[in-house]
Amino acid sequence: MTHLETDVLIVGAGGAGMYAALEAAASGASVILADRSLIGRGGATVMAMMTVSAAIGAQCPDRWEHHLADTLAAGYGLCDQPLSAILCEDAPRRILEMDAWKVGWAREDGHIKQAHAPGHDRPRCVYVDFLRTGPAVSKTLRHQLQNISAIRRIGDLMIVDIAVDDGVACGATAVHLGSGEPVTIAAKAVVVATGGLTRLYRRNSGSFNTGGDGYALALRAGAELVDMEFVQFFPIGHLAPRLVGLDPIMWDPFRYKLGGILLNGEMQEFEERYAVDSRRHDGKYVLTRDLATYAILKEVEAGRGSPAGGAYLSFKHVPETELRRAFGPVIDTLAKNGIDLTQSPIEVAPIAHYHMGGVKVNAKFESTVPNLFASGEAVGGANGANRLSGNAITEALVFGARAGRSAASAARATNGRSTAHAFTPALDLLRRRRQPTAVNPAALIGRLQQVMMEKVGPFRTETTLDEAIAELDRLTQAIGTDPLSDGAPFDSVLLDWLDLRNMIAVAKSVTVAARARRESRGSHQREDFQSLDPAWQFNQIVRLRGGEIRLSSGPVTENPRQRADVPA
Amino acid sequence: MIASLIIQRGASKEERKTERFEVPFVPGQTVLDGLRYIRSQIDPTLAFRFSCINANACKECMMAIDGKIAYACTTRLRDGEMKLAPLPKKALVNDLVTEIAPPDERLNLSTKR
Repeated sequence: MTHLETDVLIVGAGGAGMYAALEAAASGASVILADRSLIGRGGATVMAMMTVSAAIGAQCPDRWEHHLADTLAAGYGLCDQPLSAILCEDAPRRILEMDAWKVGWAREDGHIKQAHAPGHDRPRCVYVDFLRTGPAVSKTLRHQLQNISAIRRIGDLMIVDIAVDDGVACGATAVHLGSGEPVTIAAKAVVVATGGLTRLYRRNSGSFNTGGDGYALALRAGAELVDMEFVQFFPIGHLAPRLVGLDPIMWDPFRYKLGGILLNGEMQEFEERYAVDSRRHDGKYVLTRDLATYAILKEVEAGRGSPAGGAYLSFKHVPETELRRAFGPVIDTLAKNGIDLTQSPIEVAPIAHYHMGGVKVNAKFESTVPNLFASGEAVGGANGANRLSGNAITEALVFGARAGRSAASAARATNGRSTAHAFTPALDLLRRRRQPTAVNPAALIGRLQQVMMEKVGPFRTETTLDEAIAELDRLTQAIGTDPLSDGAPFDSVLLDWLDLRNMIAVAKSVTVAARARRESRGSHQREDFQSLDPAWQFNQIVRLRGGEIRLSSGPVTENPRQRADVPA
Repeated sequence: MIASLIIQRGASKEERKTERFEVPFVPGQTVLDGLRYIRSQIDPTLAFRFSCINANACKECMMAIDGKIAYACTTRLRDGEMKLAPLPKKALVNDLVTEIAPPDERLNLSTKR
């Protein structure tokens, strides 16, 4: 068996994990950056085609406090304000550092161009042209990593469980996918940078790897999760005709730039009918993401959906030359998919896109388990009940940097622990591997995705949530407690079983929290409690006790953070 | 419509064999859709790499499709037979999975083939 040792172990090598590795190493720590997939390719960052918000004031004067005001307004009173403030205050530093690293932010008249995305009070969102934001960010960070000898990058390494010694995180147990061999990693600090949970849903914009691994790892390590009921559905995910080679959420910037029009199955505009007067809008977008999701699904429910079960998005009113200018080479990819926007609209529908909840952390990004940190989307709280557009990559970079620095600092303050016994539970689990049975874990994952989409999706009722809990309990029974494995290299049966184990724990956390919250707020919409209830302005906390999900509540963190936390 | 995917399987060049799977599809679906169908409906042991599903962002699902190197996520299924094999010039791991990570991003275990 292989045993590795490091100061800081980072789980997940998307934007947050890569930035955490860079900052931890810059703080003097040795780092192992592990990913179940390939470094810098497997996460959600590489898929991001969109914009990145930061108050750099290049397009027009701006201050981070304005960005914070918009973030808090979008979050419906549930934002962990110190985290939101860190997100907005650090954003310019990270965006400009990425610029110095030649990420290639789009420019105009000699300055970085900033687009005006919905929910922002002014143009604030940078991007790399023609849907290259995520790939450019990933490539830039991968390139930075290559120059640093203190960082060991290891792909194809699936973390099974965090190792915990006397309540303190001290490494992890993993399985090396290529060989199937267990690997133990002793680390003085661990950073979970595994992204969100969108893979829980049948219709999602995430990758194969975003099944909420990090939430499950943190839960089993004894950490608290917060705001798990808040799953953001992106209203205009691509639905039909079949589109490959592009992220399904690609339409948003074009809708923004060109004023794409949403139409129901009767070719009628409908957004105005759902607009709430108090919502801010910029004249091009009428509805924020949560309200747009609501509007589209309500049209479908009323029998006014498009043929595939969504809404039409039309650019037919836009001249062809303007389409070509805005879409650039993307228009050719669309043509290969048989899509000609001058001739016909496409169909869109809500799609699971992002998770506001996650690991509960303090302003140092440390979870309730000492020496266990979180970064990026894996962190809960900064975006409250609904995330402002453009904040996802920002938080990957900002929280990654912060968590990496904090973890390095914790590693310095930690003596090496005697950790051998801390790996035992996960090693025992891997030892209990058994041959595949009639149970196909990949099929059960499909079942879970269907259940979550239908019963814990954008609209929920107590009945659907009870049904979901019963289904999840059946899945728990079905997979058993011993991993299925066919013993071959790159063991897909074992991988799917481990994923399902994580996905059930995370799905249950979402469902239990959603069932308890008897109101509608942001992305959490209850058909049986349709209004926002001020009495519910608090966060729900999920933890695992004796193998059972336990729910409690805590006040929203409102005080601004200590200035002393800001790195020089 | 039915696509017949004839897939090269096995973890070493000596033990390789091909296996045939019948996959129902509608036009527009991809080879990766077919592989995921096989994994969840027919044979959970089929090994292949993918991450971003259909966005062609992660570049992990590269394989030999009818003898040509291509991405499974952007190659369309078609009515009839298609032959799938692992990348010919990369070290074979299992089935359609090859060692494609840069050498300094691998965990080189002593027990590894």
